[in-house]
Amino acid sequence: MEIFELLGFGAKGWGALILTGMLLTLCVTLASLAIGAVVGGLIATAKLSNFWWLRVLGTTYTTIFRGVPELLIIYLIYFGGSNAVTAIGHAMGIEGFLGMPSFLAGALAVGLISAAYQAEVYRGAYRAIPRGEIEAAASIGMPPLRCVRRIILPQILRFAIPGLNNVWQLSLKDSALISVTGLAELMRTTQVAAGSTRQYFMFYIVGGVLYLVLTSFSERLFNSAERRSNKSMPRGMGQV
Amino acid sequence: MDFAFLFSTMKDLLAATPTTIGLFSLSVFFGGLLALLIVTMRVSNNIIARNFAKGYIFVFRGSPLLIQMFLVFYGLGQFGVIRHSFVWPALREPFICAVLSLALCTAGYSAEIFRSGLRAVPPGEVEAARAAGMSGFLLLRRIIAPIALRHALPAYSTEIVLMVKSTALASLVTVWEITGVAQRLISQTYRTMEVFLCAAALYLLLNFIILQGLSLLENRLNRHHRRPTGRKPSVMNALFGARP
Repeated sequence: MEIFELLGFGAKGWGALILTGMLLTLCVTLASLAIGAVVGGLIATAKLSNFWWLRVLGTTYTTIFRGVPELLIIYLIYFGGSNAVTAIGHAMGIEGFLGMPSFLAGALAVGLISAAYQAEVYRGAYRAIPRGEIEAAASIGMPPLRCVRRIILPQILRFAIPGLNNVWQLSLKDSALISVTGLAELMRTTQVAAGSTRQYFMFYIVGGVLYLVLTSFSERLFNSAERRSNKSMPRGMGQV
Repeated sequence: MDFAFLFSTMKDLLAATPTTIGLFSLSVFFGGLLALLIVTMRVSNNIIARNFAKGYIFVFRGSPLLIQMFLVFYGLGQFGVIRHSFVWPALREPFICAVLSLALCTAGYSAEIFRSGLRAVPPGEVEAARAAGMSGFLLLRRIIAPIALRHALPAYSTEIVLMVKSTALASLVTVWEITGVAQRLISQTYRTMEVFLCAAALYLLLNFIILQGLSLLENRLNRHHRRPTGRKPSVMNALFGARP
């Protein structure tokens, strides 16, 4: 069978390359989730702050990064980043065009998009913490930072899991767009395999199925994390 | 700031805006119709229809739109059966392929949104309508559809904004809409920031107008819930509110 030969791990097979691409997709999405968590946390803090200009800053960020197509943001980070790298290179005396590493550009772009969504998730999670608990912590003389560490952060993490699941799924699918920068992740490998064997239909189906494997497997992981984190809580509505 | 460059960029991008709007409106329309069909199958008692709808929703929500679009654009042309059939003149057009894949994708998401709207219809109201002698299409038109639509509208408007953004992917199957033109301008001039600002402003404006229209519709549908001195629901809430 020709199909098995093409998908296999032999000399003519694309199996190993496609699985490597799948691993790279996973890595780039994990990196973007981490970037998004840091930036998203800062943006959420800005949106919850008492200073109006911080709130405006946070709102502007989330509006732009949620209202502009992901592809455009990837172009901005990739081409803009390359321009910046070239400018730095010129300043250091290196001539010619320098490209930004596509893994970094992709992870940064998807990360900044997911930061906008994560900021909303964290903000919602913070709002879900009962006010009384924070007041109680203050009234027994807990310093604000320790209150964040002991009372606020653990609960934010618990309330945020369902929202983070959504963000993760979005980022996983956004990561397919990084293929335009030439990073050999799942989408790009599928594209190359389809183009060079002329078996477009088969390879895109295989790529799609592998994305389905990633999304459904991670959905399961998030659901079990949610169940685990809610172990000590009474069963409420909408619990998995 | 080079205003002449910004001006000429904006002119190029505005020329591509009708394509984006066309992609968006056609795919939302056909996707909505398809979603109605899928959601009917999803809630039907027929086990085959129900499982087909479940599978459809799983596949189209779980895989990236880009791969679906490439499957339609490159994949379908691989088969001689399709190349020699009457649909080929349509499927050869990148614009039609883009609309087709956008509609197929949004149908999966919209079907789930419509289903959550259906779940919000109180069973008591349906029973009351049945007791009053309504059934079938009349029941659907007078009782179920209005309530379901009202509940589904906030989530559906976020889906519609997502669709505006998704039209950008059509540039990768050689449809010259806003993002495609912006990408060409960036690679011609290397002035990323200016082109990005113009394109971003256009997309934000489009989203703003669409959300304003939807919030007017929502406001109108919820007239009977409004308190006399209630705050007006603003487009700001729709833009900045939490999203699923």
